[in-house]
Amino acid sequence: MANNPNHRDLFPGALEVMILQSLRLKPMHGYALVKHIKQVSDDLLPVEEGSLYPALQRMLKEGWLEAETGTSAKGRPTRIYRLTDAGIRHLEKEVVSVEKMFAGITRVLAVAKI
Amino acid sequence: MQWFAKFFSRRRRYEDISISIQEHIDERTEELMADGISRKQAEQTARREFGNVSLVEESSREVWQWPAFDSILADLKFAFRRLRKSPGFAATVLLTLAIGIGANTVVFSVVNGVLLKPLPYPDSERLVSLWLNAPGAGGLANFSNGLQLSTSMYLTFSEHNRTFQSMGIWVPSNASVTGVGEPEQVPSGVISDGVLQTLDVPPAVGRWFTQADQDPHGAKTVMLSYGYWQRRFGGDRNAIGRVIQVDAQSREIVGVMPRGFRLVDREFDLLVPLALDRANQKLAGFGFSGIARLKPGIQVAQADADIARLIPVWMDSWSNGPGTNPHFYERWRISPGFRSLKQQVIGSIGGVLWVVMATVGVVMLIVCTNVANLLLVRAESRHQELSIRAALGASRMRIARELLIESVSLGLLGGVIAIGVAVAGLRLLIAFGPTDLPRLCEISLDARALGFTLALSVLSGLLFGSISALRYARTKASATMGSTTRTASTGRARQRSRNALVTAQVSMALVLLVSAVLMIRTFAALRNVEPGFADPQHVQTMNIWIPDLLISDPQTATHVQNNIVDQLAAIPGVTSVGFAGAVPMENVDPNWDGIHVEGKTYEGGEPPLRLFNFVSPAYFNAMGTRLVAGRDFTWSDLYDLRPRVIVSENFARESWGSASAAIGKRLRQFDSSPWQDVVGVVEDVRVHGVDEQAPAIVYWPAMHNDPYTPKPTIDAPRFVTFAIHSDRAGTESFLKQVQQAVWSVNASLPLASVNTMQEIYSQSLARTSFMLVHAGDCRHHGARPKPDWHLRSHVVRGFATHSRNRNPPRARGTEGRAALDVRSLRAYVDWSWRRHRPRSGSRAHATHKISALRHQPARSPDVPRCAGHPGHRSCACKLSAGSSRR
Repeated sequence: MANNPNHRDLFPGALEVMILQSLRLKPMHGYALVKHIKQVSDDLLPVEEGSLYPALQRMLKEGWLEAETGTSAKGRPTRIYRLTDAGIRHLEKEVVSVEKMFAGITRVLAVAKI
Repeated sequence: MQWFAKFFSRRRRYEDISISIQEHIDERTEELMADGISRKQAEQTARREFGNVSLVEESSREVWQWPAFDSILADLKFAFRRLRKSPGFAATVLLTLAIGIGANTVVFSVVNGVLLKPLPYPDSERLVSLWLNAPGAGGLANFSNGLQLSTSMYLTFSEHNRTFQSMGIWVPSNASVTGVGEPEQVPSGVISDGVLQTLDVPPAVGRWFTQADQDPHGAKTVMLSYGYWQRRFGGDRNAIGRVIQVDAQSREIVGVMPRGFRLVDREFDLLVPLALDRANQKLAGFGFSGIARLKPGIQVAQADADIARLIPVWMDSWSNGPGTNPHFYERWRISPGFRSLKQQVIGSIGGVLWVVMATVGVVMLIVCTNVANLLLVRAESRHQELSIRAALGASRMRIARELLIESVSLGLLGGVIAIGVAVAGLRLLIAFGPTDLPRLCEISLDARALGFTLALSVLSGLLFGSISALRYARTKASATMGSTTRTASTGRARQRSRNALVTAQVSMALVLLVSAVLMIRTFAALRNVEPGFADPQHVQTMNIWIPDLLISDPQTATHVQNNIVDQLAAIPGVTSVGFAGAVPMENVDPNWDGIHVEGKTYEGGEPPLRLFNFVSPAYFNAMGTRLVAGRDFTWSDLYDLRPRVIVSENFARESWGSASAAIGKRLRQFDSSPWQDVVGVVEDVRVHGVDEQAPAIVYWPAMHNDPYTPKPTIDAPRFVTFAIHSDRAGTESFLKQVQQAVWSVNASLPLASVNTMQEIYSQSLARTSFMLVHAGDCRHHGARPKPDWHLRSHVVRGFATHSRNRNPPRARGTEGRAALDVRSLRAYVDWSWRRHRPRSGSRAHATHKISALRHQPARSPDVPRCAGHPGHRSCACKLSAGSSRR
């Protein structure tokens, strides 16, 4: 929860997109998800546990994810989150909109530099 | 359902969250330990990195919650726990609320049942009461019924109208039933074709009357009410087709109306077809209530216009006999003023009910301020708790919400108990309520009333809760904490709000108290009024009617009545017995007519109208009415037809200066009538209730010469009320003996309206007090204008009897007046008016009108009159037909 001055806030929905995209690769449990995102983003993106778990619950409620009983790499009982078809559809839609947004931001920044 | 499932899967979700988070921390710990950190330190680091576990769990769980609902639930639990801990407080508040809300629910149920609910007939908004305005008709059109319809009007209107689906006329009545068990007198309704079609309620068993049943020469039939069917036939379907004797006429039962069916606003046991004989109908006889069902989409104004067009047609189509002017009624300026049937049924009671509703509303406000005060005191004891919560960050809204939840749940709990209070209250009201309240039997605790209770509970909860909520949510945490540390005295601000509450409460209570005291004072004053009779709890009264078909000779009828008196007097404990045309406060006026006092001249040549009664010897004695001067009648006065009368004290004073001066003086009814000697003077009797001045009364011997017939004809009242003075009055054994005594004389005579005088007196007082609320006038009980409950009766009675006459008009001696024989059917209508009192109308008002009308035929000697019979409690009928001859 501690505020890290090196990390800036994500835009709304960014965490969801990252979770969905990560789970598209394979079903994971909470800790693995955090580690995966940190690894893939080279530690550039902050994933706070304080936001991760509520976000997972929201997505479960939306029906984008499913939780099933499973074990972690170390053999401890945990819940494995798996993407549903609705989740995939949502992800695809979100990716398009995120890409558009990035393209837009990039253009604006490019003009500003000149 | 989905919501329900979610609610129960929550537990599993919460578990999932905990497990996931636990595993997360464990895995991180192990990872750190793998880097060579001690377990303890690794655990600490892992937890620090994760953040507040409980908070994360909480916010994860919240996804599955309806947070407001859950926290309200928690507040509720808390409120109930606190209530359980202070049962004294809870009981006080709940009881106060239960009584307040209960009283409001009762009154609302009455308002709802009487004023708001539609009448219990299909499409009842299309039902209209056929009300005619007739400003030129004097007393015949009053403000409770307008001008009622005559049979000929009904025939013209129903045959030629374009706006009504159906139309009918009816008149309440009574019938004497023999042939099923003991003889019995029951309320009935005489209905024309179209009444059942208009009300449109199908029979429970059997069929409606058909056209054939309305044929005067056809088969004689009758329909039963559900209650009578159950009572007399045990609900046996084979009752259909059975023949019963109704007023000595054999009638076949053809149908039974369903439970709860009422003829507009009246209970009845039997329905009898009116069976109009077209050939005998005249213009006059305005004694029937008309009801009709509008065609769909037709407005009342269109119906008015339609019937207005038919009034000239009516005058062209009928007459009052040869030599009469059918267009006489143009002077009456008759015009339709139809109104919804509901409006007619409710009458003037709406105002009373809203006043009562407002009064209990004020009581509810007092209840609320009272409870608010208790809550304020209670909130003070929680002061510290609330302050600490505020200090810890609870918002004002949060604290206010908790206080409001507590008060609203108090309100709701009170409301639940109030429903019990209301059920009991309504039972009491229906059992003892004023019998004149229309639609009394339709009052019940229905969904709307329960909705009202719910709304009232919540609103009152919010009202009395908001005072402490505002008070405590507003104060700053520090201030409240500071002011309660150890000092016992309360802050000035808190005292101010309590003072304001107490002031409001006391002032509202004062308003109610003052009105209550004024009412009680009036009521006490009424109780202290000398009614003109004594020892009412020991006077037994009952009605006995001797039908013409049973005993046609009036002398024999009087002998039968005399025998009954003798038999009753022989019952142990009976001190005296007599009978009269009517006893006080029963709202029956046997007759009104002008009386000439010998040696007096009257303005306009016409003496004022006096109330008549027809009495037997010893009647005054039995009633405890003091004889002020002279003597009572004797049986030989009756049998020898001696011209004797007794007058009331006020009449004696007005006419001769004093009671004793009246003895031996003479009076008469018409110029042609023989002079009557005044043999006695009795004290004044407030026959119309203690709030009305005692009228001047002339008492005639029960058997006398009929002044309305051309030749001297003996007449005797056939419908009389017996008064028996006995210490055993009202007891069951006594009533059994009374019944035996009557049946030992004639076993076909039913007893009706068996009451002690005290019961009649109390009812009259109750009705008076009920009306006082309406009038809002608590100053005196003198000449206050008051809707009249009595006079309509004899106006209508006259007409109804007239309309049912069987003989053609006869010439009346030298005066050339025609008298109609109304004898046979008079009691038909009579009795019903005793039972079913008309609700309003002004006696004083109507008397004037009648006298005004009466003058007309009297001034023109060639005017035939349709005479009411003095003994027949009818006089108004002679007016309309008579006037029409001018």
